[in-house]
Amino acid sequence: MKTFKGRVVVPGTCTAEALVSHGGFNTLASYQMGMMFGDKQMKCGDQNNADIYKKPMIGKALCLPMTIGSTTGGMVLFTVCALGKQAACMLFSKPIDPLAASGAILGDVWTDATMPVVDSLGDEFLEYVKTGAKVTVKPDGVVEVE
Amino acid sequence: MKLTPEQQAMLNGEKGETMAKVVKTLVMYGDTFGAERMVPISSKYGHTVISFGLKVMKPVYDLYQEIIDAGLVSDQKFTADPKPLDKHVPSSLIEDLVFKKFMYTYQDSYEQQLRELGITSDDDYTCTCYLDQVGNKPGKGEVLSWAESSAVVYANSVLGARCNRNSGMIELMGSIAGFVPEFGLLLDENRKATWIVELKCSKKPDAQLLGSAIGMKVMEEVPYVKGLDKWLGTALDEEACTYLKDFGAATASNGAVGLYHIENLTPEAVEQGESIIAEGAKTYVIDDAELERVKANYPVIWKNPDAEPQLCFVGCPHMTLRQLIDWTTAIGTELNKNGLKKVTVPTVFTASTPVIKEFEKTPYYKQLKRQGIILSYICPLMYMNNPLCKKKAVITSSNKLRTYTSARYYTEAEILHTITTKREGKK
Repeated sequence: MKTFKGRVVVPGTCTAEALVSHGGFNTLASYQMGMMFGDKQMKCGDQNNADIYKKPMIGKALCLPMTIGSTTGGMVLFTVCALGKQAACMLFSKPIDPLAASGAILGDVWTDATMPVVDSLGDEFLEYVKTGAKVTVKPDGVVEVE
Repeated sequence: MKLTPEQQAMLNGEKGETMAKVVKTLVMYGDTFGAERMVPISSKYGHTVISFGLKVMKPVYDLYQEIIDAGLVSDQKFTADPKPLDKHVPSSLIEDLVFKKFMYTYQDSYEQQLRELGITSDDDYTCTCYLDQVGNKPGKGEVLSWAESSAVVYANSVLGARCNRNSGMIELMGSIAGFVPEFGLLLDENRKATWIVELKCSKKPDAQLLGSAIGMKVMEEVPYVKGLDKWLGTALDEEACTYLKDFGAATASNGAVGLYHIENLTPEAVEQGESIIAEGAKTYVIDDAELERVKANYPVIWKNPDAEPQLCFVGCPHMTLRQLIDWTTAIGTELNKNGLKKVTVPTVFTASTPVIKEFEKTPYYKQLKRQGIILSYICPLMYMNNPLCKKKAVITSSNKLRTYTSARYYTEAEILHTITTKREGKK
């Protein structure tokens, strides 16, 4: 097990299975088809992201460097939270970008969803964590990867 | 973050629970990026990126209804991105069914919400709100609460206004509260260039290709472009602004650029010269070969890469009046040369309604109609944002449209050639 320390953006705790995107996570492209067709598993629809394409995202510890793409990204994350189809948590290796931050904060303030968000975990975090690994998020931004 | 007593009172609920949540959202947003205070929005108008009533986005419209029901409206009126539907744009019966029955079922009710929240006019749905005909053109140094990446990068770079790359919804919350957290591109220190781009091209580069190359290289950083004034001159005239509109949209969509400086041309580059370049800035040299390399690397995601184009979109971001006139003239010349009367690929030009109304007053409008071009206020990106369009061979001169959809990018010269040349099997 290895421990990483990040910064808490949205507080909370959780334990979940990791889903790792090494490239930028395109929020709109990833969620668009799943939302449109009511996919219960919310499988990733971004064909440009080979790491997670077609993999279920709901309830996973989504590990990523940053989000990319349309400025509707925050609205998409908010909607996913409002529909209760969000990831268990979002864990960023880099400092969070404004679009992802907006979505995470809108989800936290305006919905009942719980999705802890931690950023600045470092490049080593993303190199170490593998899809399927058990990840635990602590309230102080500590992330344990088994 | 240090709030004023009035802001703190709003956060504490003195203007109601919903306003408290609006302010809490902005405070958390600012805290995340180390903002020390809120600053008043000083532009006359806002701009929202959310212009569509998508069925799957119901929670967004529910939230907006909560805001309306609480009696909150935008502190400033605002413009919005282009609408997703226009009956003039070609679509099949199945597409019509999907658009109206499955996708944009909330379009009418959402437009009513925008009226209640404070949209400037039913005509003001465009990504180019800053054009004179639309009139949402902020002044230098003004603080904005906008979303729409192409409009934000234009406002920051060409107009010298100050705005972060906000997400949809956050921008409206800023407009409702009347203030935004001070961080990122609102601060002088973050407006310095961290990349120097040296242009060594033999001819004027296509705006959307150059923007794409720079966006993909610098991502969210600030580039300082040297050598573009050779073609654009040193005055922000109509031609230069039009070029920068398209260039900026590509930097923002192919990367995440929120601000660029053009040597001897854009306001902060003119005022501050090379002192606006940060210490240790990296350098990116662009020549003809580099642009060719970037273009050759775009993935072709058509099912049949050799398919004949079925539809062409020009105008993402929306076209200017000058672009409409220039394209009409160029198409006329090429059609004459090739002995044709109409374009050979169904082609849609998109522009804001106020620009279209101005264009309709010119003699070029009838000429464009005769050429078979469809003129629309639609958002091509929204139009293509569905699984059915993936099966269509759509071509475009927009690098933004290429990035977000299955449309294939060609330079403006290539598009002009394609749509004015006889196609196999067509008379």
